Amino acid sequence: MSREFQWIGKALPRVDGVAKLTGEARYTDDLQLPGMLVGKILRSPHAHARIRSIDTSRAEALEGVKAVATGPDAPVQYGILPVAEDEYPLAIDKVRFVGDEVAAVAAIDEATAVRALSLIDVDYEILPPIFDPWEALTREDVKIHEESKVANIERKVSLTFGDVEAGFAAAAYVREDTFFKAAASHAPIEPHSALAQYRDKKLTLWTATQVPHYVHRALAKVLRMPAEQIRVIKPALGGGFGGKGEPFPLEFAACVLARKSGRPVKITYTREEVFLTHRGRHPMHMKVKTGVGKDGTITALHFESLLDGGAHGSYGVVTLYYSGQLLTAPYVVPAYQFDGARVYTNKPPCGAQRGHGGVQPRFAFEVHLDRIATDLGIDPVEIRLRNAVQPNTRTVNELRITSCGFKECLERSSRALSWTERRGKLPRGRGIGIAGGFYVSGAALPIYFNPMPHSNVRIEADRSGRVTVFCGASDIGQGSDTMLALVAAETIGIPPELVRVISADTDTTPVDLGSYSSRVTFMAGNACRIAAQEVRGRVLAAVAEVYEVPVDQLEIRDRMVPVPGNEEKPLTFAAAVALAEARGGPVSGSGGYTPPKLAGSYRGGGVGPSPAYSFGAYAAEVEVDEETGEITVQRLAAAHDLGLALNPPAAEGQIEGATVMGLGETLWEDHAFLDRGQHASPSLLEYKVPTALDVPDIEAILVESVDPEGPYGAKEVGEGSLHPSIPAVVNAVYDAVGIWMHEVPITPESVLKALRKRGRP
Amino acid sequence: MHVIRFTLNGDPVEIGVRAEETLLQALRERIGLTGTKQGCDLGDCGSCTVLMDGEPVISCLILAADAEGHDVVTIEGLAEGEELHPVQRAFHETGAVQCGFCTPGMVLAAKALLDRNPDPTPAEIRSALSGNLCRCTGYTKIVRAVEQAAEWYRDGACGDNT
Repeated sequence: MSREFQWIGKALPRVDGVAKLTGEARYTDDLQLPGMLVGKILRSPHAHARIRSIDTSRAEALEGVKAVATGPDAPVQYGILPVAEDEYPLAIDKVRFVGDEVAAVAAIDEATAVRALSLIDVDYEILPPIFDPWEALTREDVKIHEESKVANIERKVSLTFGDVEAGFAAAAYVREDTFFKAAASHAPIEPHSALAQYRDKKLTLWTATQVPHYVHRALAKVLRMPAEQIRVIKPALGGGFGGKGEPFPLEFAACVLARKSGRPVKITYTREEVFLTHRGRHPMHMKVKTGVGKDGTITALHFESLLDGGAHGSYGVVTLYYSGQLLTAPYVVPAYQFDGARVYTNKPPCGAQRGHGGVQPRFAFEVHLDRIATDLGIDPVEIRLRNAVQPNTRTVNELRITSCGFKECLERSSRALSWTERRGKLPRGRGIGIAGGFYVSGAALPIYFNPMPHSNVRIEADRSGRVTVFCGASDIGQGSDTMLALVAAETIGIPPELVRVISADTDTTPVDLGSYSSRVTFMAGNACRIAAQEVRGRVLAAVAEVYEVPVDQLEIRDRMVPVPGNEEKPLTFAAAVALAEARGGPVSGSGGYTPPKLAGSYRGGGVGPSPAYSFGAYAAEVEVDEETGEITVQRLAAAHDLGLALNPPAAEGQIEGATVMGLGETLWEDHAFLDRGQHASPSLLEYKVPTALDVPDIEAILVESVDPEGPYGAKEVGEGSLHPSIPAVVNAVYDAVGIWMHEVPITPESVLKALRKRGRP
Repeated sequence: MHVIRFTLNGDPVEIGVRAEETLLQALRERIGLTGTKQGCDLGDCGSCTVLMDGEPVISCLILAADAEGHDVVTIEGLAEGEELHPVQRAFHETGAVQCGFCTPGMVLAAKALLDRNPDPTPAEIRSALSGNLCRCTGYTKIVRAVEQAAEWYRDGACGDNT
């Protein structure tokens, strides 16, 4: 390390920790306003139907009902991606999945609102539904969205890099496998909630969102209001994982109802509604074909994906591109072809979920690579080391790799489980496996084209010595407020407890694009550092001027500004701020972060580039019960190259949480539907997220490659840390009992089936 | 409406509740203690855990009327002024809080365990917390926090809480 840090690299408890531990923290559903109404949404019981008419008169006549809204109250399409604005807040003409939003009511209490929903008469003309993505790919007589030119395909992509044909021709060995990764859902413990207030032509929305800025934009568009009359505030938020990463019907409905009724309206989703809202992991059918030399060096790769998108676009076009774009590392792929498609089906929309786009292909490729290694008699760690991408290189699809600690991740995670001594040598039923991964530290391109910074921070210091950081970044539990306090404190030279953070309020904080793509530490952290440097510079310049000492002899440390030659009258930081304020007015600094221009030179080259990539390699140890088919993960060593750990316990927490989320997807979580499109498991009893009893302690290993462009060298840690967990377990299952699982979740039934099949000649 | 009386965080309360009103609704909406969270309203997630006579209960599955005569403790009743309860302090210092939504229920479930057994094994900790879902932490740091709090319990740092 070139310099010694005061605060970075040490454990800093969360700035909001005490409030969350005492019940003082206010989440959206905790908020109450005088005269507040309860809003509820009527949902479609049909997977695919035309709405002939809606009669709300009986609901409106019910005592206690203050407003009813339907599609025509906000007939403007929106969508998180400008290329896929295919949603209305409430259905217009058609419903596309069981649970699609049809109408909304606001009433004096919940019971009245629920009763009112039952009094809304909707006349549906039922249309044939499509649930199977393969059917959606070809079926022309049913169109879920009329705009689809071919069948129900939202987007098809084909990308080729390098000479793929020659790569396969040069291969000593070629292997092809198919895989399927089932849908998963975020299941944050806090349900979505939104509270709208409309007063003096001004709208305020408190909402559980990862993306206040995009909600702000969408409200202005859909409600046809000037953005400057709208304020979006994100209160404390109880988990997102991508599930609160775009505008949702409850946000628009609460606003429309508040505007109609003249009273504040709060809508909080039930757990079932959270599952119906979804936007989770796409079910993905995948085909992987790889050519390798005799030593296992990759010569060419062909990957195909079919994404079952559900009823709307959501983030899906990005998911589709990511599914292909994120396979060209952490292994060198000299020639690459990707063919993918995303189709619409009559199910709740899929979107972005932690590790977005890369999770399913990573599972497929890492298992496929282990199969190649096994076929060729090469050790799985060895084949990965041989193909490992190097720092400061470019991938075949033009991704710029800078810092890269992938080899160290492989070495440290495999060593943690004594790989060399134990792989292939454990008693039957027990095995270890390894897998790699990598991920973006934010996207280099914004979702909507604009030349402005992706993150902005303003910092003010006042004469009390307090420093306040203002930033639009949305702390969704990952700890971005704490990160901002830490970066500001380190940069200025003051203890973190002097720093307040005000975030995610569009009236008071400058724009940050939001908590998605694992972008916040990298981008808001950089913006914060720039703003803090300005504050520090202003303070020190004032001291230098007053005391007539060169500014480079000054520093801020331990709440003091020691001035050479003035040791008997020590100058406090607060007094130094006052000097600066007396000279130039309010002591503030501002910073913006804009990623370098990194887009690929081809169509689609905007998805995948990032200013820095994290890398990871996980080693898992499992026990497989051959009687019951049950898999128990005994150990998991998770080595993740995060550049630099600003706050190590927070970083470990991201790795531990993401890994366990991955284990859930590996062994239990299946966001499935019944034969008429009804959700098969719309509760936390039926949809199995891991409990404390289901998973081991995760052994997080922080690998620090110190990124040249990250804030103090930091890169992402919250999403890439999910990627290797699934294939590491699948590969360990092979080591334990000799079966390759090509579909996850791996149910006990599928294990028993595979064991029986392997037993047969 | 039924008038009920119970002890809440050490103080007597007297409120009117509807027959079908859950303890969770009474706490959050009628009394205004929103530290107790609603994650599912079905008894699946454990975020609404409170202590009733020292035992963790799922407040969305308990009728408010059934609190009559009982001693109820919510997350708001744990700290003594500025002084965090050892379980709270351990969660804070260990990094066991992320989004914080499961935290109140998790902390109360952990307190109930340690009050009963101040020297639990990791397996006993995991078992005691298995009714409280956390989607952020992967549980590793939560288990560490409970181990840390247990150590403080054994060192007698808990005084009257045990």
